[in-house]
Amino acid sequence: MNDLSASSQITYRAVPIRPAVARRIRGLSDQALAWLFITPTIVLLLAINIFPLVWTIYLSFTNYRANRANAPTIWLGTDWYQSILTDPDIWAAMQVTAHFVVWTVLIETVLGFGLAFLIDKKFRGHGLWTTIILLPMMLSPAVVGNFWTFLYQPQIGLFNYVVAFFTGRDASSFQMLGDVTLSPWAIVIVDAWMWTPYVMLICLAGLRSIPDYIYEAAEVDRASNWRQFWSITLPMALPFIMLAVLFRGIENFKMFDMVNLLTGGGPGSTTEVASITLKRAAFESWRTGYSSAFAIILFVTVFGLANIYVKALNRVKSR
Amino acid sequence: MSASNAAHSVVEPSTGSRRFAGLLVILYAIITMVPLAWIVLTSFKSPDDAISYPPKVLFKPSLEGYCNVFTTRSRQTQEFIQTLGAPRGLCDNIARSRNMVVAGPSNYVPRFINSLIIAFGSTALAVALGTLSAYGFSRFRVPLKDDLLFFILSTRMMPPIAVAIPIYLMYRTVGLSDTRLGMILLYTSVNVSLAVWLLKGFIDEIPREYEEAAMIDGYTRFQAFVKVVLPQATTGIAATAIFCLIFAWNEYAFAVLLTSGNAQTAPPFIPIIIGEGGQDWPAVAAGTTFFLVPIVVFTVLLRKHLLRGITFGAVRK
Repeated sequence: MNDLSASSQITYRAVPIRPAVARRIRGLSDQALAWLFITPTIVLLLAINIFPLVWTIYLSFTNYRANRANAPTIWLGTDWYQSILTDPDIWAAMQVTAHFVVWTVLIETVLGFGLAFLIDKKFRGHGLWTTIILLPMMLSPAVVGNFWTFLYQPQIGLFNYVVAFFTGRDASSFQMLGDVTLSPWAIVIVDAWMWTPYVMLICLAGLRSIPDYIYEAAEVDRASNWRQFWSITLPMALPFIMLAVLFRGIENFKMFDMVNLLTGGGPGSTTEVASITLKRAAFESWRTGYSSAFAIILFVTVFGLANIYVKALNRVKSR
Repeated sequence: MSASNAAHSVVEPSTGSRRFAGLLVILYAIITMVPLAWIVLTSFKSPDDAISYPPKVLFKPSLEGYCNVFTTRSRQTQEFIQTLGAPRGLCDNIARSRNMVVAGPSNYVPRFINSLIIAFGSTALAVALGTLSAYGFSRFRVPLKDDLLFFILSTRMMPPIAVAIPIYLMYRTVGLSDTRLGMILLYTSVNVSLAVWLLKGFIDEIPREYEEAAMIDGYTRFQAFVKVVLPQATTGIAATAIFCLIFAWNEYAFAVLLTSGNAQTAPPFIPIIIGEGGQDWPAVAAGTTFFLVPIVVFTVLLRKHLLRGITFGAVRK
């Protein structure tokens, strides 16, 4: 991710300050000031992020339980890792997560790119409508999950009413959140509603970065609109689309709040994404050691996948 | 391309396709606004209207939802209510029509105050730390600069639940569990990575010649930072602050796992607002609407910087 951001922005290489200026500097040396400025942030992150992470790694090798803090802690080695990686329930959760991530990212990318493409036509009032479209992604996922449970109510919910109105089915004949086949899609719909604007915004930046003269040249060569789209618009916007996919992929792999409020992982475990499994193990059955091991596995997975993806993204960008 | 738009650049879309695009976008905008509009409407409904079928678009507006979310009420007998004086205020009036009296403010009020304190506290801290670090990274040669910056960003890749487990244990040991200070520190640590990355971008864009000129005039490096760079970076700092504020305001996972009564913020509280006989939807909707208003204002204020904020400064217009 670092290469990525560094390459898409203007980077100022550390230019040595001219001697005339350097001689004028009084007080702290630049090096001392640099550390003075950076250290507080690093200390905070070490205390609140890195120390706990190291602790988690330690706990993942033990049988520690947070609700029995005084019980003797036994070193278990990699037992938890082995049992997690061979546990069919964990793989089921990973499948649910994969279903959620793949479909949300796919829908959001298609819709988001389509919207960006249309907005880029710069019709009258596009600024206002863009701001309106952006609103859902700024809201609290918890609040969104909560009010969508209201919209999904079979007897009184607006969603069921609208579906019933257009399909002629009875509104109370289906339950978006209580049905084994529908609930995985219910969470996909809400996430797509909320995060399509995010992809749209990034794609729009991509479309606007394509210089006009390329289209003008294509126009001179009498390339059709269709041809222009496939050979100019899409390839040139691709790094941006891939960036949006990366960010959404990471976020949705970690998804907790919205799903927790919509379904809580239910019915059964049909919408139990990895974070919900983790929460159940960590804060309901208090299997701290076990859940620490699972947390590390998830972190390594996200980190690994993201790194592979960024390599691919950089290859696309350098083409 | 016909002769009709010969006056424009050849790549300008035709009026027809432009209108068609506008139509589709507006259609999407309207559909996407329906759920949000529905919640705002529901907050002004009476409990009966809120759960009627088919859903009511036209109804007699009522402030009962807002009253219910801000007050607690107790059920009393008709005789007891008659012994009381005239109803005090609008909410008491509504409560009495349902054989209840207002007993006091609800738990939503302290939760909302917690949200305010924690969001503003963590934002101030994150922006202060972020500005200093961003300036350090932007202007000085720092050993392992790229690794440090990547380390700062990578702390955002942990699933929140994974972070919550050790934080829960650590806070329990040092006595920070369910305290506002604990939540402020936690949110600061999450926000500071965003703040460093965003602000580094903004500060990179300020020409370093300004500071050098100031230093030639006799300012120290620190004075140049305070008197030259900070005023130039005001827009960037404000935009970053709003992003941090939105994150802290919206955060749910840490809040629901690490707080219970004392330091709980509004997001974990709103879903558990229960009325008599199930969920009190107008009250939930009112709590939601009230909670969303600042976000809508912020979004409008931020719209020029949104892109930069949501991509950690990776994409700039």
